[in-house]
Amino acid sequence: MSPILFELLIRSIWETILMTAASGLISLVFGLPLGLALIATDRGGIAESLWVNRALGAVINGFRSVPFIILLVALIPVTRLIVGTSIGTWAAIVPLSIAATPYYARIAEVSLREVDHGLIEAARAMGGNRWTIIREVLVPEALPGIVAGFTVTLVTLIGASAMAGAIGAGGLGDLAIRYGYQRFETSVMVAVVIVLIILVCGIQWAGDQLVARLDHRV
Amino acid sequence: MNQHLSATADAAVPIGTSDVPSDVVRLVELKRRFGVTPALDGVSLTVRKGEILGIIGRSGAGKSTLIRCLNGLERPDSGQVFIEGREISRLGERELQPLRRRIGMIFQHFNLLSAKTVEENVALPLKIEGRPRAERLERAAELLALVGLLEKAKAYPASLSGGQKQRVGIARALAARPALLLSDEATSALDPETTRSILALLKDINRQLGLTILLITHEMEVIRSIAARVAVIDAGRIVEQGPVWSVFADPKSAITQSLLGGIRPQLPAEIQSRLTRTESGEAILRIDVAGEAARQPLLSDLAAAVPGSFRLIHGGIDHVQQQPVGTLFLAVPGNDANHLTRVIAFLKARDARVEVLGHVANPV
Repeated sequence: MSPILFELLIRSIWETILMTAASGLISLVFGLPLGLALIATDRGGIAESLWVNRALGAVINGFRSVPFIILLVALIPVTRLIVGTSIGTWAAIVPLSIAATPYYARIAEVSLREVDHGLIEAARAMGGNRWTIIREVLVPEALPGIVAGFTVTLVTLIGASAMAGAIGAGGLGDLAIRYGYQRFETSVMVAVVIVLIILVCGIQWAGDQLVARLDHRV
Repeated sequence: MNQHLSATADAAVPIGTSDVPSDVVRLVELKRRFGVTPALDGVSLTVRKGEILGIIGRSGAGKSTLIRCLNGLERPDSGQVFIEGREISRLGERELQPLRRRIGMIFQHFNLLSAKTVEENVALPLKIEGRPRAERLERAAELLALVGLLEKAKAYPASLSGGQKQRVGIARALAARPALLLSDEATSALDPETTRSILALLKDINRQLGLTILLITHEMEVIRSIAARVAVIDAGRIVEQGPVWSVFADPKSAITQSLLGGIRPQLPAEIQSRLTRTESGEAILRIDVAGEAARQPLLSDLAAAVPGSFRLIHGGIDHVQQQPVGTLFLAVPGNDANHLTRVIAFLKARDARVEVLGHVANPV
């Protein structure tokens, strides 16, 4: 591999990491409260409101049913509004975040739903309010699942970021398509795949370690 | 019942005017139904300061609904719940929150938070109250010492045994210095030995701190070993209540008798199956004695006073709340009707309750 290609590879790795980390963080910040809202407003939840629950569910399902490549293009006006441009790594973070947030909300919802109802009742019996229940019971008890779900989301984001090349975002996927596939640079293709495997394994390993440390259930 | 209550229940009944201050809990005609089935069908009950009241009933009798009405986890359809003189059944969630801190609760499945250490679990009610961290930890240590688990302060609940978990649950329930402790089948998931140690702990706490305890259970053994008073609930109604020893000695309702079946002497099944109404062979008598009557040398007096024989088949004298409570089964030869009449008359004169269960043709 030529030094120029090597430099491109390094830059692409950085771009992929940037896109994944930024949109992952945004999906965590918005997805977790959304997941909480989903279980809180559901039947028997701590803020039961079936109307809100259905509306939220519908919006989330709507975003999740649009294929990412279409979302990427459809959101161009929104991206331009937020970032000022519709091209580049930062521009890709907007559609990536918007796709990952509802995805992560559903994953967080599943973990939160598994929290034993008896624990919520115990917190209520102690005189705790909703905020107490969220802060002391729901989130800490579901934390291993919330972290494991975040790991899954990050891995999914690495895959999705490859498509962001379509709007000139760069990243490893873009590099592999333009150099590895279109210019027959097999060494680039191999290098990209190896880097991706290392990235995914690294994220998964770190996530598993963290879950093991947080999980006191057994 | 006070007349003004029903009319102005929602218009903030003044605190302390509605009942005797020594009643921690007073329930008036509580009703709650789920769909068409009534879970509570007019329950009136008082819990006095410092006592241990046991509520017993089969599963589905309405026990859980009842206990949940006391801290507002469940809302009655009608009726009133007075906690320390204050009517709470119409209060909103926000108004209930400070009140719930006056009421500790322990659960069948302990409900400890797995992500928190033992001491964090115990300190949680104080955290909810907004107490500073140093004070919380000091109180947690004090309570863990009380329940004998100080060395487990930094452990996570998953590493504890069932009995230890319930001890943590008890410590947690006491953290905010409640006026009342609710126990929701707290020993039902524990083995008999652990059950005894948990009940002994609750009794200790009742004595040492003067804490009022209301416990619900389906096991008469729990009532017998800890409660001073018992209320029997069936199909959403209190069918019987009174001091434990007197309910044990003279259960009025069929459901109480059946709940007592496991721990009171019963006629052996093989004799039961051979009982007939025809007056031949031996007459089988059931004799219930309690209190003073059970302290007397009843059988030797009977033998001395009434000529003729009798046999003791089964039975014994038990002690409930330091009161002797006994049930004896006697077989009396039935060929002489006069003899049987004299035996019965003698026993009745000694304050025993006598019932002729039937006759057995061939002596057992």
